[in-house]
Amino acid sequence: MDVEVQPELQDKSKKQKKKMKHLKKRDKPKEQAIEKDVVKESTTADIPPELAFPPTFSVSEIKNKQRRHFMFMKYKQEKRKEQLALKKKRKKERDALGDKAPPKAVPKTIENQRVYDETTVDPEDEEVAFDEGTDEFSAYFNKLTNPKVLITTSDRPRGRTVRFCEQLATVIPDAHVYYRRGLALKKVIPQCIARDFTYLMVINEDRKVPNGLVLCHLPDGPTAHFKVSSVRLRKEMKRRGKDPTEHSPEVILNNFTTRLGHSIGRLFAALFPHDPHFVGRQVATFHNQRDFIFFRFHRYIFKNEKRVGIQELGPRFTLKLRSLQKGTFDSKFGEYEWVHKRHEMDSSRRKFHL
Amino acid sequence: MGDKSQICSVWVGSETGILKGVSLSKKQAFNFCEMNSLSRDQEVSVLCWGDAHETEVLVGCSNGAVKTFSTEKGIFTESRQCGDGTNGKFTGLAVTDSSLVTCVESGLVQVWKEGSTDIVEINAGNSVCRMRQNASQRHQVATGGKETPLKVWDLERPDTPIFTAKNVRNDWLDLQVHEWLRDLAFIPDSEKIVTCTGHHQVRVYDPSSPQRRPVLEVQFGEYPLTALSLPSSPGSVVVGNTQGQVAILDLRKGLVRGCLKGLAGSVRGLQCHPSLPLVASCGLDRFLRIHNLEDRKLQHKVYLKSRLNCVLLPSRDPEVCPAGVDTELEVKEDDGPGDEVWDTMETVTEKTKKRGLEEKADCVGKKMSTKKRKAVKK
Repeated sequence: MDVEVQPELQDKSKKQKKKMKHLKKRDKPKEQAIEKDVVKESTTADIPPELAFPPTFSVSEIKNKQRRHFMFMKYKQEKRKEQLALKKKRKKERDALGDKAPPKAVPKTIENQRVYDETTVDPEDEEVAFDEGTDEFSAYFNKLTNPKVLITTSDRPRGRTVRFCEQLATVIPDAHVYYRRGLALKKVIPQCIARDFTYLMVINEDRKVPNGLVLCHLPDGPTAHFKVSSVRLRKEMKRRGKDPTEHSPEVILNNFTTRLGHSIGRLFAALFPHDPHFVGRQVATFHNQRDFIFFRFHRYIFKNEKRVGIQELGPRFTLKLRSLQKGTFDSKFGEYEWVHKRHEMDSSRRKFHL
Repeated sequence: MGDKSQICSVWVGSETGILKGVSLSKKQAFNFCEMNSLSRDQEVSVLCWGDAHETEVLVGCSNGAVKTFSTEKGIFTESRQCGDGTNGKFTGLAVTDSSLVTCVESGLVQVWKEGSTDIVEINAGNSVCRMRQNASQRHQVATGGKETPLKVWDLERPDTPIFTAKNVRNDWLDLQVHEWLRDLAFIPDSEKIVTCTGHHQVRVYDPSSPQRRPVLEVQFGEYPLTALSLPSSPGSVVVGNTQGQVAILDLRKGLVRGCLKGLAGSVRGLQCHPSLPLVASCGLDRFLRIHNLEDRKLQHKVYLKSRLNCVLLPSRDPEVCPAGVDTELEVKEDDGPGDEVWDTMETVTEKTKKRGLEEKADCVGKKMSTKKRKAVKK
């Protein structure tokens, strides 16, 4: 959630900057208009135009810094007052109209202004359905295999990463945490396949902070590489529930709409067993927003017919996809299905890939 | 079906076994297959033209079948079983005067004569990644692959290769350098052959010279090069790698002339137009992209829903629709669902507009400055 807060703050500061710009812009036309008036007067009264004083001033023209600051603050206060008054007025009007009031305008966000992505999956599309029906995850979705996950880390993990692995293992049923022991992933993978693991999950660590996640579906791929950020372990959470039980959780996948998003969603879905134990009342959520995938783990309770209470169990973290590779982990000779190229792809803030 | 296939100019083979036709002038894409009988073992691994007039497309499927698709009728007219798929997928397909040449991953090159059952077989090595035909001498093919050097074969004398490349010298530790040829092409109007390898090298061999080692070696990027194509202008080559980086390399000194941007995933198929400065690329990111080689701008971008394996361009201009076909079609296809796919194609022009604006702004700025100067002079 921390990540979401930051853009807002930035937005605010930007808005302020914009206000400044507006201010300058607004002043200029006024000046011009009044100057014109002055010119007219001068022509009528036959006063030489050199004597006309600048009738208005813009705050930025004040030379004294303190004075300028003071005037600007004053200007801002006035403006704020105006805005508040306007807001109040509008609210009054709305209240007066009651039910007949026009619907409120939807605020513009970069998500609802999203650039149309032509790969958005149409659920009735035969070709995509066939492609998904025969891909590497089809064995899981046809209920032929049960997930079994191996969790390991980069070599010699330190405190936080170790605990993160342990906590992930409590979220994912049938997960086994192993110490890496300096083994190469390409040598680990055949052993995993021989022992019927369906996933290999490697958490990378940098300066004692988990920062990367390689999720490799076995036996024949694909492999996804994520950036991990904002990891919050159970101990660091406020208002946390009791430790999770061993029931297999329900899974919620939000907003995975494009073709690439579908592949990633299927990758996450296949981590958990088919039939969740509803007795456990536990939910794992992968929520995609602006290409960041937020993971949360909750316990819910139905208080009555209308109200539901939720309690976060942790851990929470944020993922961002870096690449999706066909086949099992092979960063040198593997073929990439999608690679995030920052300078080529991030040209528009309103373009999303998942 | 016939109408649809006649307006299509670019042909793409997909991993799901669908042959796709794309019409660039109409901005539409069509699937040519029966949707109820799809299966992964029909994966299209190679495409080539069946005749000189380009009315037949030969489709090599990974189960060993070579199907003939008629672009006039819009249906598969013939299917021929060339091998049974146990030797691996097709890595090359070529047509000579009355016979069909196929090559599979195990290194078996077979020549299937029209109307007779005897097959000429050549063993080209253990794992062959690509076989290509010499466009000027159509009975010559070249093969190469992993730990298998480049070999040029004369199909009329299939016993020994005309030319066998020699591996480069051992490295500074005196260890053998691994060979891994991924794609190759004959340079027209010379006997030279250009290859690209899985160890990100581009090499030029010259069979006419006594040297059997490459006469030029260039490195590009740090990921395996998967595809290669020769543009119409001589002296350069277009290569693509597994991360979707495509570059035009100069073959005189081996420098990068420029990169083609926009690809998101591994390049599987790359083909240059035989006369125009156009290059079509397709790959695992499910897009067909057509770039201009002169200004390196993206001309067309088409989402085709499946992972794509190979692309085939016609020798005519792909952006011009053949005349006399399209009168009725326009009415029919206005309600087609494919239109949304093409909305994105317009976006390519945006940048130029912006630039135009900037230039205008610059011009204005310049004018202002000149005025000022004048004022000063006065």
